[in-house]
Amino acid sequence: MLQGWVIASVSFAYLGVLFAIAYYGDKRADAGRSLIDNPTIYALSLAVYCTTWTFYGSVGRAASTGIGFLPIYLGPTLMAGLWWFVMLKIIRISKANRITSIADFVSSRYGKSQLLGGLVTVIAVIGIIPYISLQLKAVSNSFTILLHYPDIVMPAKAAAQPLLQDSALYIAMILAAFTILFGTRHLDATERHEGMVAAIAFESVVKLLAFLAVGIFVTYGIFSGFGDIFSRVESVPKLKSLMTVADTGASYGSWWSLTFLSMLSIMFLPRQFQIAVVENVNERHLARATWLFPLYLLIINIFVLPIAVGGLLHFPDGNVDADTFVLTLPMVERQEVLALFVFIGGLSAATGMVIVETIALSTMVCNDLVMPVLLRWKSLRLQEQQDLSGLLLSIRRWAIALILLLGYVYFRAAGEAYALVGIGLISFAAVAQFAPAIIGGIYWKNGTRQGAVAGLLAGFAVWVYTLLLPSFAKSGWLSLDFIKEGLFGMALLRPQQLFGLTGLDEISHSLFWSMLANIGCYVVISLRVQPSVAETGQGTLFVDVFKRTAGTEGSRFWRGSAQVQELLPLISRFLGPERARAAFLAYARRRGLASADALEANPDLVHFAENLLAGAIGGASARVMVASVVKEEPLGIDEVMNILDEASQVRAYSRQIEQKSHELEKATSELRAANERLKELDRMKDDFMSTVTHELRTPLTSIRAFSEILRDDPKIDLLERKKFLAIIVREAERLTRLINQVLDLAKIESGNAEWHTADIDLHEVIEESAAATSSLFSDKRIGLHMALSGNVPTVRADRDRLIQVMLNLLSNAVKFCEAERGRVRVALSVEGGEVRVDVEDNGTGISEADQRTIFEKFRQVGDTMTAKPQGTGLGLPISRQIIEHFGGRLWVSSDLGKGATFSFTLPLNGSGAERREERT
Amino acid sequence: MNRPNLTGQRLVAVFLFGCVMFNYPLIALFNKTGKVFEIPLLYFYIFTVWAMLIGLMAWAIERRED
Repeated sequence: MLQGWVIASVSFAYLGVLFAIAYYGDKRADAGRSLIDNPTIYALSLAVYCTTWTFYGSVGRAASTGIGFLPIYLGPTLMAGLWWFVMLKIIRISKANRITSIADFVSSRYGKSQLLGGLVTVIAVIGIIPYISLQLKAVSNSFTILLHYPDIVMPAKAAAQPLLQDSALYIAMILAAFTILFGTRHLDATERHEGMVAAIAFESVVKLLAFLAVGIFVTYGIFSGFGDIFSRVESVPKLKSLMTVADTGASYGSWWSLTFLSMLSIMFLPRQFQIAVVENVNERHLARATWLFPLYLLIINIFVLPIAVGGLLHFPDGNVDADTFVLTLPMVERQEVLALFVFIGGLSAATGMVIVETIALSTMVCNDLVMPVLLRWKSLRLQEQQDLSGLLLSIRRWAIALILLLGYVYFRAAGEAYALVGIGLISFAAVAQFAPAIIGGIYWKNGTRQGAVAGLLAGFAVWVYTLLLPSFAKSGWLSLDFIKEGLFGMALLRPQQLFGLTGLDEISHSLFWSMLANIGCYVVISLRVQPSVAETGQGTLFVDVFKRTAGTEGSRFWRGSAQVQELLPLISRFLGPERARAAFLAYARRRGLASADALEANPDLVHFAENLLAGAIGGASARVMVASVVKEEPLGIDEVMNILDEASQVRAYSRQIEQKSHELEKATSELRAANERLKELDRMKDDFMSTVTHELRTPLTSIRAFSEILRDDPKIDLLERKKFLAIIVREAERLTRLINQVLDLAKIESGNAEWHTADIDLHEVIEESAAATSSLFSDKRIGLHMALSGNVPTVRADRDRLIQVMLNLLSNAVKFCEAERGRVRVALSVEGGEVRVDVEDNGTGISEADQRTIFEKFRQVGDTMTAKPQGTGLGLPISRQIIEHFGGRLWVSSDLGKGATFSFTLPLNGSGAERREERT
Repeated sequence: MNRPNLTGQRLVAVFLFGCVMFNYPLIALFNKTGKVFEIPLLYFYIFTVWAMLIGLMAWAIERRED
């Protein structure tokens, strides 16, 4: 027999442990060694999602719909896959703006609108109240049942009991007192409660262990494993149908709509927002939680079905509420300690939810509902009061008490009509209304305040009409005719078959219509109205949060300045003097200043103060309060747009800089190439000089040597003497020729050469050249063949120069032909607008590498230093210069060993040459 | 270098994969009486896919290089 006092004292002892953990957590936080700075603790604290709904309700749901309990956990699992983008962004935004609640988030996004903050708060409070009543119902029922141990007695209808004998009332009061002690011991500037989070993580472990204990006991204690339980199902047709779902579109539809609903709930339930966003210590924790939290959900659901089936097998007559199977199965098996442990597990689930949810809601009520009203209420003279931190705390405490009271009222009014899960789903559908404004707000810059207000109002109204009011009607507070006949008896307005829509369960039905109204109004109105300056600024800060550095940007959209002496008292009034002074001092230290008084009056300081205050009273109120002491310089929409543009300009600049550096790189490489070329030229000049001197020295040496012989040896006979003199003359001629050519090339290159241009017949030029070189050919007995086209027009050129070119080409040809076997062929033809001359030989040929260099000065085929040079090395460069001067080209084509063909072209009369003339 | 970005994309892929696996028509394929390892087919399917999703997410996250 479990006495009431045993249950009560164990419960209070458990609450005491929670309190101790929270106290220790706060101490550690104050000491700077955070207990919750750990991804696993973060993931466990997220499991505040699992309330008594999960602990007791899932089994009830499974007993009536089989698989229907699962979407509530599959949705969060799927959503966790998107956290990496969506949740991370919300956390980043919230940290940058010191967001304290989901209402604060929405209000801040849409230009720090007090109206929106208030609206979200009202929706959240009304929406969550059924959820809180669910916890009260579960704890009160489990307490009543446990009290009758070992008999299984279902609790009487709460409404039938006198108020003062209703255990739910006392439980509500105890929970309120506990939450107040727990969550509002002091006003935190950042609105974070490290101790509370540590306690919540602990509770998550307790409820998981308790549930697993029951699961293992039922599966392996009462039955002998999963196989045993499921094999018994076969014989009971009612149970067998639970193993599958009805194969209809509607059942798959509601399966998916519940999954979708829970995807939104895991993001936007106020307590999830509080734990996941506001209490987040380090955004890196999110990564681990992404898979650890779904794993928690999986584990806590493994035994739901065995317990449900076990309960149905054990209590086949239906006298025992399936929502209580978790507790009644151990009781009927006389497992006293396990039953008590289960009760504590359920208490864990309930207290965890109630604590976090009411703290989150009370923050919203205080910051976004009550404070804005009080601050505007001039007759309260709140503006003059010195310390308001006490006021803030008491508003929150009253809010907590009020929320739990409302929860209790709903429990009395409507709680009996629904199973646990049914109540919870109503709340889920309410918080889903925040999704368009928030998701739209962080990804869509054009979402406006009016759009958000309209969307929220429309969605909320549809929710009230299709879910909340019918829940009242079902519990007898409203006439049932309202559901059956519709408002004013109009069939189209039947709340659960709105506009004749049938075939959906009530949650899917409400979700569809409310989302349609909500998203529709949000989008359409956002597209129709022009956003204000503040909305544009905030919208950009939110959407582009990853592109901007946090903290510094916010101040730019709202310019104002105030002295520390004005701001500090303001902040002190809300945070208390010591805390405010410490915060300012820390801010000053960060900027390298010794004291807060040294801080300059500038927009950054104002922004810091506003953020500090936002942590205590919410963004919208903080803006109002700071504005009261700050001389604001209003920004026009143009200026805001300019600031926004600056960001894109910076990006444009960086692109330009990148481009410039590319250009610079290109110029550098060009310079490097030019430098290389210069070096090459310099080297060539040196080569030129050394070659020229070498070339000059060879004939000079001969001349000098033979002259000395003639001078020193008078006995040389006449014949010898003549021979020597001939050598001297020939070498002198060669010297002269060389010097002439060097001078010639220098003249041509510098443009100082004299040109005697006339109409030239190339026939004549070629024949004259051939005649001049005939002795060379006959000396080596090399054949010369002419293939001259008969009728070739004249070209304009310098006759002597062309003869010079021909002589050079012919003598080259002879030079490289073997004596006797050599053949040289000269061809003259007209091609297009040009005259072409080819000089072809069958000599040694020119390698490809040499073909490129022979037109350079002093480059000859073969090594000039070792072999006896066969010419000056200037003939071809000069020839090319001459031909190019008259607008033609000179080139060579050859294969090594197969002879070479030197060709040049000249433009026909009247095209290239005259242009050249005009220029020189 | 691009690894951290890929992590997010892998997680979205897991999300989409899960959406398909937990939805009509795939789920209807397993909505039959019958048992696998003594567990009703539908439950076995859902818990298996569920565990697989968690495994994939854990894999995507814990192997990231940052």
